[in-house]
Amino acid sequence: METGGLGKVYQDGEVIVRQGEMGNCMYVIQSGKAEVVEEIGGQTVSLAVLGEGDFFGEMAIFEDEVRSATVRAFGAVRVLTVDKKILLRQIQQDPALAFHILEYMCRRVRKLDCELALVKTGT
Amino acid sequence: MRNFSGTYWGSRLASASSALSRMGPTSFSSLRQKRDFSRQLISQFETSPDSLQLDTDSRVAVIGSGPAGSFFSYFLLDMTQRLGMDVHIDIFDPRDFSAIGPAGCNMCGGIISESLVQMLATEGINLPSSVVQRGIESYMLHTDCGSVRIDTPLHEKRIAAIHRGTGPRDVDVKRNQWFSFDRHLQDLAVNKGAHLVRDRVDGLSWQAGRPQLKTRRGALQAYDLLAVAVGVNSASLKVFQELVPGYKPPETTKTFICEYKLEHETIEAYFGDSMHVFLLNLPRLEFAAIIPKGEYVTVCLLGENIDAPLIKAFLESPAVRKCFPPEVSPEIPPCHCSPSINTCAAVQPFGDRFVFIGDSGVTRLFKDGIGAAYRTSKAAAEAAVFRGVSSESFRRHYWPTCRQIDVDNKIGKAIFAWTRLVQKRPHDIRGILRMVSREQRCKGGSPRMSMALWDLFTGSAAYREIIMRAIHPGFIGGLLWNVLAANLPPSRPNAHRRA
Repeated sequence: METGGLGKVYQDGEVIVRQGEMGNCMYVIQSGKAEVVEEIGGQTVSLAVLGEGDFFGEMAIFEDEVRSATVRAFGAVRVLTVDKKILLRQIQQDPALAFHILEYMCRRVRKLDCELALVKTGT
Repeated sequence: MRNFSGTYWGSRLASASSALSRMGPTSFSSLRQKRDFSRQLISQFETSPDSLQLDTDSRVAVIGSGPAGSFFSYFLLDMTQRLGMDVHIDIFDPRDFSAIGPAGCNMCGGIISESLVQMLATEGINLPSSVVQRGIESYMLHTDCGSVRIDTPLHEKRIAAIHRGTGPRDVDVKRNQWFSFDRHLQDLAVNKGAHLVRDRVDGLSWQAGRPQLKTRRGALQAYDLLAVAVGVNSASLKVFQELVPGYKPPETTKTFICEYKLEHETIEAYFGDSMHVFLLNLPRLEFAAIIPKGEYVTVCLLGENIDAPLIKAFLESPAVRKCFPPEVSPEIPPCHCSPSINTCAAVQPFGDRFVFIGDSGVTRLFKDGIGAAYRTSKAAAEAAVFRGVSSESFRRHYWPTCRQIDVDNKIGKAIFAWTRLVQKRPHDIRGILRMVSREQRCKGGSPRMSMALWDLFTGSAAYREIIMRAIHPGFIGGLLWNVLAANLPPSRPNAHRRA
């Protein structure tokens, strides 16, 4: 029996964050996978499947907007919550703490650029 | 007049002089002009590059590969790699953390605080379930007047119970599934590019202002920066204490740690995912805790000169006995130790080309020592990479982090003096228990006492924040009311029905 897992376990399909809701934390996947889906015009579009070590909900840390997508468990997933208040205070004391988040967000922008280029070229 | 040209102060005076010439004549016609000049002057001192800098091919020596040494190496390499610098790091440590028992142990309660777990996750350092022996989601507070449970605010396991080494001396090697926390961090540093040298440093000399280390095997090497990350229990600290100018190690006190081996089912039934903390009326005992792990529970006693009679009195106290199954003897188990812990910060833990980090510099009082190692080692790495490795650089950019922890510890001492007073007053204890149990039952209110105790026991928040919570009128009013209500004579049964 596993006793050492940190965070909270969500079962397959269980919603972790819901599109349109306000958020005050971000999440780090400890084990398992989570699916990011967006509802557009009544249709649910799968945007990505995240794995161990991936972040989600980090935009809520830096802006006061509602969640841009829903994230739900893709199989059983263990997720650690990082509080907005604690994180912002720590970043204020140690700005280098944001390096890893920035690096992760840069990778995500780079990936989106590639996908956009593919859509625009129709391939 | 003394000539400063070519020295550290010479470069700063040249920068200041340049600022002065840009300002024009130094007759200030207004207060505003004078203020602008001061700002410009200060900015020159803030941003001028240090004369002692790390460059590509710089060599850094780190003594000790506990959390402070590993974090320092990891972050220094992470930052220099981001800058495109190729810095060489040697970590000197003869210990093997994968060894069972004292050989691989760093003598610690083994708790990673809630805030540190979150910070590490943000840094991309996740703690695998093979290292975290138990995720803690609640605390049980035991007193002479009763017990109460305090749940995590989010009902989530965000506190990690770990063993620093691979396990206690009586661990079953064949069945052991756990991995050392210190080894995990050491691997992170090595995977980042640090070189682990399994040798003991037993000599230090200075060659042209650079530290030169002599190891037990006789190797002699010069470095551009020396980071000392040895604990207060290490004999190596004495070597550096004698050879580093101005440094005075931290003041310490003795503590006690032991490991009870229990069946997994027994730990589940008696301890679960809760850490048990004790505020008992025992002289010289500040605080005690029982931490459940894989197949062990760790007992920690903190206070003033913990000795055999105090340990016996604690282990035999009714509050402790009821936590254990009746068949477990209150005898001290085979794996136990009495390590020293810091009570005061070191004096001058830095200088030109050297810095003391972790316990050998400053750590938090009684709690979150690994969190303090993370903070001090990262602050030292940032100062070294972005500001330079001179004494002045560490004084400006590393020492404030140490001083902040040291000042907070002074507030912590005041808080523990208050808890010592409360421990002797059953009326107050009953009031605290009543306040916490009501807060835990009524979700949605302001759990002021629960949060203050949670932060005090977990080490998640600074002592300053705890005292700010405690001086809130709502906290004081609530405590007074609950002390009064808890000590009122019980009303007659059914009296309210008759009324």
